[in-house]
Amino acid sequence: MAAKQEAAVGVTGAHGVPQHHRIAFALMVALLLLAPFVVYPVFLMKALCFALFACAFNLLIGFGGLLSFGHAMFLGTAGYACAHAAKVWGFNPEFAILFGTAAAALLGIVTGLLAIRRQGIYFAMITLALAQMIFFFWMQAPFTGGEDGIQAVPRGMLFGLIDLSKVMVMYFFVLAIFLAGFLLIYRIIHSPFGQVLKAIRENEQRAISLGYRTDQYKLLAFVLSGTLAGLAGSTKAIVFQLASLTDAHWNMSGEVVLMTLLGGLGTVFGPVVGAFIIITMENYLAGLGQWVTIIQGSIFVACVLAFRRGIIGEVGHWLKKPL
Amino acid sequence: MDTIFGIPTQALFGQLLIGLINGSFYALLSLGLAVIFGLLNIINFTHGAQYMMGAFCAWFLLTKLGIGYWWSLLLVPVIVGLVGMLIERAMLKPLYKLDHLYGLLLTFGLALIIQGLFRHEFGSSGLPYQIPEALSGGQNLGFMFLPNYRAWVIAASIVVCFATWFVIERTKLGSYLRAATENPALVQAFGINVPRMITLTYGFGVGLAGLAGVMAAPIYQVNPLMGADLIIVVFAVVVIGGMGSIMGSIVTGFTLGVIEGLTKVFYPEASNTVIFIIMVLVLLVRPAGLFGTQR
Repeated sequence: MAAKQEAAVGVTGAHGVPQHHRIAFALMVALLLLAPFVVYPVFLMKALCFALFACAFNLLIGFGGLLSFGHAMFLGTAGYACAHAAKVWGFNPEFAILFGTAAAALLGIVTGLLAIRRQGIYFAMITLALAQMIFFFWMQAPFTGGEDGIQAVPRGMLFGLIDLSKVMVMYFFVLAIFLAGFLLIYRIIHSPFGQVLKAIRENEQRAISLGYRTDQYKLLAFVLSGTLAGLAGSTKAIVFQLASLTDAHWNMSGEVVLMTLLGGLGTVFGPVVGAFIIITMENYLAGLGQWVTIIQGSIFVACVLAFRRGIIGEVGHWLKKPL
Repeated sequence: MDTIFGIPTQALFGQLLIGLINGSFYALLSLGLAVIFGLLNIINFTHGAQYMMGAFCAWFLLTKLGIGYWWSLLLVPVIVGLVGMLIERAMLKPLYKLDHLYGLLLTFGLALIIQGLFRHEFGSSGLPYQIPEALSGGQNLGFMFLPNYRAWVIAASIVVCFATWFVIERTKLGSYLRAATENPALVQAFGINVPRMITLTYGFGVGLAGLAGVMAAPIYQVNPLMGADLIIVVFAVVVIGGMGSIMGSIVTGFTLGVIEGLTKVFYPEASNTVIFIIMVLVLLVRPAGLFGTQR
């Protein structure tokens, strides 16, 4: 039985990780190690933060089937918490990032308990509304600096030893965080927990009848996704030395949906590719003003109408191996 | 009688009026969303953009073609509705057999495109729209000053809402619609053209958004982003009311507008968030919404 399943998934190496996943992962790491010597590192760091954000989002929609339209609340909240801890309380960057991530986890528990009470379209609307509430909260809170945000956040000394103000050092720190987050998500997806999550996505009633408490699984998936999105938001605040309202706005929630959809919902590598493409596009088209929004909207429409597997989904389909 | 609970009556009734105005728009928009959702099972994210299109359409008719407010009130919902029907035929139709979330994603993308195009063309500052002459001025009611136009908006939206309720709940056409919501295949088997009904329903819901846009044009400035944040509040209204009943959307819309207005008087800091807080409370007590049924 087990052998049959493995054969269906593809050639499986040691520890049950398929060969083609190992190859793709090695390729990705090699590219990311070489990239800062060719491409502007600050741009790469931005893309990596968004890639982690999109992977975290994909954990929820791609494997749990829950479309959150409010993930910016985790990115924004973690950014503010991290920036405040680093700037006002003088936390080391690693503790500031952990603090921001913990804040997102806490928010995930509270909002998750509310949002999982409804499914499907209602879930999307509720998360969107909750995120809008959080947005207004941060807009009015006294310590977030309103429209200006928290500026001049110190990057500080990692572990009190390593100076993060050097751009290459910062890059490899961000890369380490991204890879750790990516591998954690990979582990979650392929754990028994991840399998139950997929079962709930496919048929929740059947999962319940098999004895799984689906609400607890969905809540845990929501919290994990929010926490990892918070990790991305905290890291982003340290990289750009800024936490602002942009990260908490519904536009950002839409953008992460777009990245994941373009790369491929429910694929392992898709969100990373999608994030890099969208960030590159925004970088080059920034001078065109409103055209960025129009192009984003058009990509949404094109993906939904003609291209639902996304880029990596199509590649995987073509190779007959899920990537 | 100058203060109630230590609040000047002028301010209290003023905010109550603004609350009723906002409530009128919440009711019109959530009604449209509910009608569309009932038959198409799609949450129309483009609704805010279509409301904005209604306002721009009225502005365009007035400044470029010299067509006044009253004709706009008739023409704009038809124009916006027709554009909506084109969108439904071309883009939404292929999605009905897929997960309903794709409809949400598609309409979100469309909203981005429409709002982006309008901002590209008109910038983000608002365009003024004159109150029609017949409705300028106002009445002094003794305890407050009531502008005629605002009274008209409240009255008109109540009439439109109840007319919609009447058509859906009390006429033969409405009974087809309700039957198709329950079981489209069976209704089709009885010889009713369900695909056409779906298209017309979408056009009608969108037309309501366009109508709301015309009525909003003289009150708020005509702005490409006027529907962007509003639609999120309307989503919260829909979650609170539940989408089971037409009357539910109407009552919830007006009530929440008034509550929001009162919050501006008593605790202005929370006026942005009060509707979302109510949504949280409703989710805790009645997850299906006040008038909804869980499904």
